Amino acid sequence: MSKSSQENWLPKLIDTALPVFATAAALLVGAIMLLLLKVNPVEAYKAMWDGAFGSQNALAETLVKATPLLLVGLGICISFRGDVINIGGEGQMIVGAILGTLVGLTLVDWPGWAVIPIAVVAGFIGGAIWGGIPGALKAYFNVNEILSTVMMNAIAVQLMNFLLRGPMIDPSQAALASKIPQTARLLEAFRLPRWVPTRLHLGALIAVVLAVLVYFLLWRTTWGYRIRAVGQNPDASRYAGVKVKNYIVLALVLSGAFAGLAGVMQVYGVNYRMITDGSASGFTGSAGFNGIVAALFGQLHPIGTIPASILFGALLVGANKMQRVVQVPSALITALNGLVVVFVVSSEIWRRRRQKRRMAVAVSEVEGQPPEGYPPDPDHQPEVPA
Amino acid sequence: MISDLFSMTVLVGILASGIRLATPYLYASIGETFSQRSGVLNLGVEGQMLLGAFAAFYVALTTENLWFGVLAAIVVGGLMGLAMAFVTINLHAEQGISGIGFYLFGLGLSDLLFQKMLGTVETVKGFPKVHIPVLSDIPVVGEIFFRQNVLVYIALALVPLAWFVLNKTTLGLKIRAVGENPEAADSLGVSVARIRYFTVVLGGIMSGVAGASLSIALLNVFQQNLTSGLGFIAVALVYFGAWRPWGVLAGALLFSLINSLQLWVQVLGIPIPSDIAVMMPYILTILVLVLTVSRVRPPSALTKSFERGD
Repeated sequence: MSKSSQENWLPKLIDTALPVFATAAALLVGAIMLLLLKVNPVEAYKAMWDGAFGSQNALAETLVKATPLLLVGLGICISFRGDVINIGGEGQMIVGAILGTLVGLTLVDWPGWAVIPIAVVAGFIGGAIWGGIPGALKAYFNVNEILSTVMMNAIAVQLMNFLLRGPMIDPSQAALASKIPQTARLLEAFRLPRWVPTRLHLGALIAVVLAVLVYFLLWRTTWGYRIRAVGQNPDASRYAGVKVKNYIVLALVLSGAFAGLAGVMQVYGVNYRMITDGSASGFTGSAGFNGIVAALFGQLHPIGTIPASILFGALLVGANKMQRVVQVPSALITALNGLVVVFVVSSEIWRRRRQKRRMAVAVSEVEGQPPEGYPPDPDHQPEVPA
Repeated sequence: MISDLFSMTVLVGILASGIRLATPYLYASIGETFSQRSGVLNLGVEGQMLLGAFAAFYVALTTENLWFGVLAAIVVGGLMGLAMAFVTINLHAEQGISGIGFYLFGLGLSDLLFQKMLGTVETVKGFPKVHIPVLSDIPVVGEIFFRQNVLVYIALALVPLAWFVLNKTTLGLKIRAVGENPEAADSLGVSVARIRYFTVVLGGIMSGVAGASLSIALLNVFQQNLTSGLGFIAVALVYFGAWRPWGVLAGALLFSLINSLQLWVQVLGIPIPSDIAVMMPYILTILVLVLTVSRVRPPSALTKSFERGD
């Protein structure tokens, strides 16, 4: 083994393992918090593990929870690579679910094999619209997308509450005094197939297939290349003739569309109806936010986001079990997710430092200018003609 | 009825509660103005507010002293700000994303503490309305401006103070320099890191107080996700106000007046679905962002971390 390859693999391994260290650090902080709450952390974490992986059903629930995280996370991979910060996953999920549900409640005479794909497309479009609006506002009016996507979340929640209390309310609820804000249940023929006896549905498989597609989109197509180029250096992209504004919109449209898919999958795979408790997380389970965490954890790589989503799905499912066994509110996991994000972005400094050092070494070795193209850009792609 | 909206009592009610509702935004947005003018986007405001709100509520409930509550919010907000400062200034972490991390942390931790330490929604006797002698007797104006609680007065007083500090003092000059051109400021001997630490911690403190103004002055309760997006709107108002304290005041007032109008519309039973009414302030904020933001330039170094060259 040559000296240089020896030098290369260890830091690379550490780079890949950084998120794991970040999680370990967050769990360690969690353990301290548990001790302060006078709970045995070993017992608590064991309950979490059992809850997430302890049985066939637990494992299936973990994957059910991971599915929306992965779908939202795929969208996040696209937008964050394009340097567009999409915080609007919650709203995009909701609007996607609304449009998808409308399809299922309207086309009641149609066969399932036709309705499900139409509903999925409707969800995709719903999310795309809800992401596209902030995208256009950013591209053409310079409105910060972080703010507009947050506003769009709030608008989507109210839209959902309005529709489920009024025009879309379950007719049987409308007749009752209770008037629970929910839609009618989807016909059995319209539900995504399940791996009986668990709740694991086809959506999980679809999400994994889409992860591969997103990988191809980002690294093997012109669109993907340009989204990333715009994200890395908008000025250079503009000089190269790329219509930067269009790619900003595209990044948010696609990002929203995947969140919309997550929403529609929740309806057609898990709940078979929309129901609201007035808040966004009541419908989404905060997947719009946690999907960001999963994508960051997967280093904004679609394939890396798969195990990351499973990990966070496991944390969420495990947290419920922990709540039952040792009476620690599952909110602890939300706090720990936040810490994971902070630790992951903070540990980036290690990677940058190493890159800098490597460059310095290269300079000293040739005793002059670094050779052209050094350090090599791992994402480097040949220029695609405009 | 719609015509009820235009009666004097209702109009005064809308304006008075509009100003009251603006308080949490004012504290958080003015703090955020300082951070952003120095080049740091703090997106963790919502999390800082939640922890501040909980700390203030819990301490006020147990000590029965509201000022201890405010102090607790200051300490907690300041600590959150310190963590944010360390992560973004020393570790050069991406500001927007670490802010989301701190938001989730605050959301989860405040919920956890609420469930473990309180368990149920309780109420606290919050800051009473203080009638300012003479002024509060002026018809209309007195009722709108001078019969508010003390945190409202402080928030309003902070606007000119923030303007003065930012524009008329050496400290303000340094903050603006660091936010516009950190390299130049550094070469003139200004410590970029120290200034940013100051503004980010200040931002945390102000967010904490903003939370306190909700939990022990405006609503007088604490529950899960009490702020429900308020902190993010506070960040939006900084853009809206073009990074100027007076602009932030205008934005906070406009937003909360629309909100107050929306509440009164529901109280008066005007047949607009409440969900649609609640939507209005958000739609309006987006529209105003479209109209204003494209004309103003943010601080040049906003979201850019600074590393001294060797």
